[in-house]
Amino acid sequence: MDSSTATLPTSHAARAEPRGKKPQRRLSRRNIIIYGTLTVAAIYYLLPLYVMVVTSLKGMPEIRLGNIFSPPLEITFEPWVKAWATACTGLNCDGLSRGFWNSVRITIPSVILSILVASVNGYALANWRFKGANIFFTILIVGAFIPYQVMLYPIVIILREIGLYGSLTGLVIVHTIFGMPILTLLFRNYFTSIPEELFKAARVDGAGFWTIYLRIMLPMSLPIFVVAMIIQVTGIWNDFLFGVVYTGPETYPMTVQLNNIVNSTQGVKEYNVNMAATIITGLVPLIIYFISGKLFVRGIAAGAVKG
Amino acid sequence: MASVSVKNLFLSFGEVKVLQDLNLEVGRGEFLVLLGSSGCGKSTLLNCIAGLLDISDGQIFISDKNVTWEEPKDRGIGMVFQSYALYPQMTVEGNLAFGLRNAGVGRAEIAKRIKQAAELLHIEPLLKRKPAQLSGGQRQRVAIGRALVRDVDVFLFDEPLSNLDAKLRAELRVEIKRLHQQLENTTMIYVTHDQIEALTLADRIAIMRGGAIQQLADPHTIYNRPINKYVAGFIGSPSINFLDGAVTRDGKPRFTSGEVVVDLERYPFEDGSSDGACAFGVRPEHIAFGDAAADSPFTAEVRVDVVEPMGSDTLVWSKLGGQDFRFRVDGQIPVSTGENVRIGFDPARASIFDKKTELRL
Repeated sequence: MDSSTATLPTSHAARAEPRGKKPQRRLSRRNIIIYGTLTVAAIYYLLPLYVMVVTSLKGMPEIRLGNIFSPPLEITFEPWVKAWATACTGLNCDGLSRGFWNSVRITIPSVILSILVASVNGYALANWRFKGANIFFTILIVGAFIPYQVMLYPIVIILREIGLYGSLTGLVIVHTIFGMPILTLLFRNYFTSIPEELFKAARVDGAGFWTIYLRIMLPMSLPIFVVAMIIQVTGIWNDFLFGVVYTGPETYPMTVQLNNIVNSTQGVKEYNVNMAATIITGLVPLIIYFISGKLFVRGIAAGAVKG
Repeated sequence: MASVSVKNLFLSFGEVKVLQDLNLEVGRGEFLVLLGSSGCGKSTLLNCIAGLLDISDGQIFISDKNVTWEEPKDRGIGMVFQSYALYPQMTVEGNLAFGLRNAGVGRAEIAKRIKQAAELLHIEPLLKRKPAQLSGGQRQRVAIGRALVRDVDVFLFDEPLSNLDAKLRAELRVEIKRLHQQLENTTMIYVTHDQIEALTLADRIAIMRGGAIQQLADPHTIYNRPINKYVAGFIGSPSINFLDGAVTRDGKPRFTSGEVVVDLERYPFEDGSSDGACAFGVRPEHIAFGDAAADSPFTAEVRVDVVEPMGSDTLVWSKLGGQDFRFRVDGQIPVSTGENVRIGFDPARASIFDKKTELRL
């Protein structure tokens, strides 16, 4: 130890003038409250997931014992295989796999189409203040508040008239339209936060509507595109209402099929298969969140804070 | 020959009239500064000339071509913005090339012009960098370069130095002036609220207020013979002293304010007729002090109220005829509060404005 510090009496050190970093007690009341609350919230949300995973790995005899919180004595992946490949919904007995691929074929084009259209909409509304832009924008926003149920039947008729009822294309169009208000709002607000002078400079530099969009705005907007993608993927993947209304048994998305598996009234309730099917269905949005969570937060923040 | 001319320009946003019947002629190769406080319409006018705002009425000519309905890119202008407005995802080179590529200029020509501009602005080592890796001064240089490569006749500057710190501002100011001298026949229109920038750079200054040009003249005239009270008060730092009083011109012309009487025999009246209430303006830096004051046509003794030393000079606040009166003395001369000092000035260098119309007499 250094001699000069060694000579300092400890009582004096304790009463020393405040200096440097303020000491913090680890077990302060504040910390206990914060971490306690967080722990309770985490358990609250994780417990159901735990029950689902555990149940899906048990055989039916073990489930009948009724200890839902106990870990499986004998791990089996059979319920997962069954949920994916052989569970019956109506006439088809090929499990969730059919619904999964239907959902993929619905989600990918809907997400791409809606984001493309909405980003151009938002860009036009933010930067090219055309006549009636405000009215157009207001109508679009009001559209976001009309309950979907009101529009279900008229859209059935429209789709029938243009011959798309019951097809995946029809559902893609419906998803694209219903994604428009929120996505346009999102993009418009983001593009408004980009300094106007940049847009002016590009105009002086001879760039037109599409050049500015593609060369200036798009490269600056990756975060907001990720946000839009997450919103759309989870929204469309989790959609049940439009899926059940606008498609038929052959084209049901995964959510509808999951419902049919879980709610089938015939035979024994196979809780393990139900749990496995539910987890498989929820996996896609979950993976998207894990991959792009960081960009998601950045995009939300970038939209909120100007500059 | 006029390089830019604005004829009877009107601009309104809904009910708000921003510019009203504005006329402006800028000669070829001239450096014109639009000066005014914020909200006076100077940036708006520049945006109208650039074609970034649609005007309500009037005409705009650039190089004798009517460009009123032309797109910004077809007007033969380059523009530099306050926030630099560099494209963040492109390198400096990409920023410079963007406009040329849009115009379909050949690869070899683009490279040549970028090289020239980079040399002129000393940014060759920065060409491969992104704007985020540049300092403020470097960014503004690149922004100027972006206008330069376009090989245009008219440069528009929208407060280009306002985001820089004082030292850089002074450096870049000189560089802009040098650039203007190097580029013969290039017209520059420069918007600023900084009177020092205006006075140092301009061939002519247009002082704007409320969407109208108050005075359009060379810096010397603007400073020495302001056309109205607003211009006189706006230009000059510390600002001009105004003494309220009256002018009488029967017999010997004189200005009277309480006990203060100033002989106006040598004052060059512009308006021969009007008498009566007026504001007598004299700049703090035109006031002689101490021994030098004795030779002035007008002298008085005042008491020092407040002293503000500023290094090179000292600003002294006092009262003349019961009204606030500031004057500037050499920083080396000791002045203390409460002291009585002798001051003087030459009425020929003063500016007198009518009380009601605020116009120069």
